[in-house]
Parts: sequence; C-alpha cells; structure tokens
Amino acid sequence: MRQFIGAILFAASATLGCIAPSTSMAQPLRLEITDGVIEPLPFALPTFISETSNAGEMAQQISGLVADDLRGTGLFRQIQPEAFISQISAFGAPVQYPDWRAINAQALITGAVSVSGNGRVTVKFRLYDVFTGSELGQGLQFVGTTDGWRRIAHKVADEVYARITGEGPYFDSRVVFVGETGPKENRAKRLGIMDFDGANVQYLTDSSAIVLAPRFSPDGERVLYTSYETGFPRIYVLDVGRVSRRALDVPDGSMSFAPRFAPDGRTVVFSLTTGGNTDLYTLDVRTNARTRLTSTPAIETAPSYSPDGRSIVFESDRSGSPQLYIMPATGGEARRISTGAGRYGTPVWSPKGDLIAFTKQNRGRFHIGVMRTDGSEERLLTASFLDEGPTWSPNGRVIMFTRETQGANGAPALYSVDISGRNLAKVRTQTAASDPSWSPLQR
Amino acid sequence: MKTLTKSALLIAGMSLAACSNGTLFGSGGGIGGSGNGAFGANGGVGVSALDPASVGYFNETVGNKILFDVDQSTLNASGRSILDGQVAWLRANPAFIAVIEGHADEQGTREYNLALGARRSNAVREYLVSQGIAGTRLRTLTYGKERPIAACSTESCYAQNRRAVTILSGSGTS
Repeated sequence: MRQFIGAILFAASATLGCIAPSTSMAQPLRLEITDGVIEPLPFALPTFISETSNAGEMAQQISGLVADDLRGTGLFRQIQPEAFISQISAFGAPVQYPDWRAINAQALITGAVSVSGNGRVTVKFRLYDVFTGSELGQGLQFVGTTDGWRRIAHKVADEVYARITGEGPYFDSRVVFVGETGPKENRAKRLGIMDFDGANVQYLTDSSAIVLAPRFSPDGERVLYTSYETGFPRIYVLDVGRVSRRALDVPDGSMSFAPRFAPDGRTVVFSLTTGGNTDLYTLDVRTNARTRLTSTPAIETAPSYSPDGRSIVFESDRSGSPQLYIMPATGGEARRISTGAGRYGTPVWSPKGDLIAFTKQNRGRFHIGVMRTDGSEERLLTASFLDEGPTWSPNGRVIMFTRETQGANGAPALYSVDISGRNLAKVRTQTAASDPSWSPLQR
Repeated sequence: MKTLTKSALLIAGMSLAACSNGTLFGSGGGIGGSGNGAFGANGGVGVSALDPASVGYFNETVGNKILFDVDQSTLNASGRSILDGQVAWLRANPAFIAVIEGHADEQGTREYNLALGARRSNAVREYLVSQGIAGTRLRTLTYGKERPIAACSTESCYAQNRRAVTILSGSGTS
C-alpha cells in the first residue's frame, strides 16, 4: 500500500509551456455551481497523443478516465469524437478554435503521453476556453509510474475541474469502507480501501471479526475503526501504509466506537460506553490522556469536528429522540441544531465548515441531508428504505453514503450524490459495501 | 388428538436434538456468535434439555433471550419473568458466567444502535445484579444492528431483533 502511493512522484508543479495564460478573457470559461439546474458544460477531449511508440494504450486509458471523471460529476458533457471537425495531430499544434466552436465545445482538453523505458509515464495537458479562443491556465505535466496511471488521469481531471468550476478538486482521492459478504444474520465484514471511483481495491483486514465505520485521519495516512476482534467493540488506529494497527487506550470492560480524528490528527473523539451509558470522550493518541466531554444519562455518539477544530457536532437523544447538537471541542454546553420532524444521526461537518451532512429517519424512510451549522436551510438529498453515514468529498461538493436495500436479501452499497441533490450514482464495489470515509486529496 | 400431540412432541424433540450440537453448546465461548436460542416455533409444545444444569436447559427452558419495544431499553413484565428464571438458574449454577448481548433492529443508524444495544444489555445486567447475581459474573456487549436473528424488514422480524441474549460460559461443574 505504502509503496503504491509512495512510488508515484508527481512533478505537478513542473509547468510545461512558455505561453503565459491569457489575461484578456472577455468571458472566461467558468461553470458556476449553484443549486439551480445546471446545463452540463460540453467539452471535447481528443484522445491524448502518444509521443512514444509504446504509449498508445496508456494514452487511450488516461484520456478515457479523464473524461469519465468529468462526466461523472454530472456537470460536464462529453462531445463524441465523431463530431470533431479538427483533429489534434500534435500536442503543440495551434488550436483551430472555429472548428471546436462549430461543434459547441466550450472546453477543449488536449494532452500527450509518453512512456519511458523504465516504466515512467509523462502526461502533458492543456485546457482551452474555446469561446474566448484562449488557453485556460497553463499547460501542466505529471510524471508517474505506469501502474499509477489512474492517479495521473485523476490529477489531470482535477486540474480541469478546478480551473473551470473554481472549486477545489476531488478525483485524486481514496475511500476506506467496509466490504460485506454473507447472509444478513451473519455478515462478514472487512476494511477495504479504494480510489474514489471504486478502482484499485485493497483489503486492510480479514473478515474474522466485525469491523465498522472506518474514518480517515486528516492526512489520509491513518484510519480509525471499530473492531470486535476481542469480542467487544473497540477502537483501533491503522497505519494505511504499513497495514499495522493498535488499539486505542480505553478502560477495561468498556466498549468504544464512533471515533473521528480532530483536525490536529492527534486527538480522537469517540463514544465510550460504561454501565450502559454512552458518552463522548477525547483521547490524545500520543499521551493517551483521556477527557470526558459529556456526562448525561442520554446516548451521545457520532461526533465530528468542525474544520477549525473548535466545535464538535454530535448526536444525542437527551431530548427523547436522536437529534443533532453542537458543543465546544472541550465539552460544555451544547445547542441543538436539528429542528425538523424525525430522528437525526451521524452528523458530519463539511470541509469548508459551512454545512453539516446528516442521516435523517422520518416516517419509515431514511434520508441523507445537509443543513447550515445553525440548523437552518435543511435540505434532504436522498430518500430510500435505509440511507446512512454521509462522508464529504475533499472539496465539499459531493457526499458518499451507505444505501441498504430491504428484506432478507437486502444488502448495502455505496452511493454518491451532489450536495445539490443531483447526480445520484452507485459507486462500483466488488462486494456489498458500507460505511465509506472519503480521504483528503492525495498529494 | 392425543396421538397427534404425542407424535408432534416426538418430532419436535427429534429436530431439536438434531440441531442441539450446534445450537445448544456451540456458543459456549459466548463471544463469537450471537445467541440464537433453540426455543423457536414449536407450536407451544414444551421441549427441553433434560439436565437442568446444562446450557441447553438455560437457553430453552429458562429462556436466554428477552425482547424490547421500539427504541426502548426498559424491561417489560415478560422480560422480567424470564430474567427471574435466569437469576434462579445462575444462583443454582454459580460456576457459570455470562455475557449479555444487546441488539437492535435495523431502523436506526449504526452508531445509535450500538449505544441502544448497550443500554439493553445493561438493563438486563442491572436487573440480574439487583436480584443478587454478582456483577463480576456478568459482562455486557452490544452488537447494535450487526447481528439480527430475523432477516426480513418488517415488524415481525424487527420485534425478534430488539433483544438481549444471555450467553453462558464456564465449566458448568458446580
């Protein structure tokens, strides 16, 4: 795992061109992502030029994946190559803007791929604003290994997405999840990690014990999760690179679950159950200093830090039913933020800090929703028999979650949805899967 | 009618005996499996292991499982009655210890159901302790919604899944 990630060294900042980006863009290519209906932006992506004789297949694959990433957002529409008037014969050749305008391409993405004898792949790309007839940003090149070609493609797509939307990117990211097999009464569960699009799956545990709800550290290098390997639920922290793990220091005879890292990557907030009562605690993973944050006879669970680390949103049934509350990260008075009908759970603070994603259960249906941090502007994004456990994309535009079908043969799968509620899509997994946690953008 | 009842009893007894190897004694470790109990749909015909000091007797005749209302962890009359039987059995068989599993149905988030299962197992433990069973013999465990015994997604299954199960372990030589 470590080697896989570490081996891919990107010269991301090695800009290619001598051509400065155009500063005279009258109507710059820009897709404003609003909550209104969006007409997908049409783009042309001619298959990247292969600049070495052995790069043809790689050029096909990388071009295809860049296009898949962009299309998968629901924000872009790919113009089929059959419609092209111009062909891109060489990476440096001048762009015939009228030919691309004629087929209504707003963005043109060109690229070139070369593969060296020692298995290094170099991908160059440029993004053009067809209507203003200028390049949008500078050409870039990425260098990686042949087996890391998907990451290179995601990096290219990330650049294109970020330049056109003005938002942060999210394609070069990973998801840790629970892979599930076997009957509902005796489900076998194991931790898996994969690219955000379901590729490159690796398993991090076997399925000899139930594992639940993995959560990435802020740097994406460690994962907190709950395992029953002692027979009782207990939190572990796993080093993704080394695939080594250790148990968090909790009192004997207690049960612990629902962990999440603070933005400092050192403090863990979690639920600890003693005497049947579940409260929130923090643990400093270096010193093992434990602090109790709540002391009520109610259930307090599913805590999540604000990005600035100063507040924690969590779920409590102190009012009689599960609702969402925010309190200072050091504990203290909590204010309720959920006010609608139904039961609320698993709140997760958005990366930008402006929204809380949550699970809502109302009148026999489950929803994933978002609300502002003061509880206002609640919007439900999904509805099904059982949706739960949202996790944010690194840029805060997309939410992934678990959707479980009903009945004796029901099984969970991972889905993603735009925070506008559009573009609901199933994430490709090898087996049934649950409890996704989205990593930060990889470096 | 009389013969019919007798043969039904015989068949039920045979089928129970057939599965008793796996069900009655298999979960002696207490941790690996969730106690399903063998006391099932046998049409009200009482069938039980003969040895009152056996785990099988405890699971079937005393009853190792009690049920809860939606979202509740309070014991109802039927639950208390079963637990009274568990108290008597545990008093008579002091070499046994128990893990009390708390479970929830699938309506609810994973985290909340873990906490709810913990409440249920603790409610059982507290009752047993209040009736004189040493707390050191009883450990609580929650499975939340991870180990349903009934897989359907209707109340008939949910009602069976909202449960606390007392899983015995120990040598049994008292």
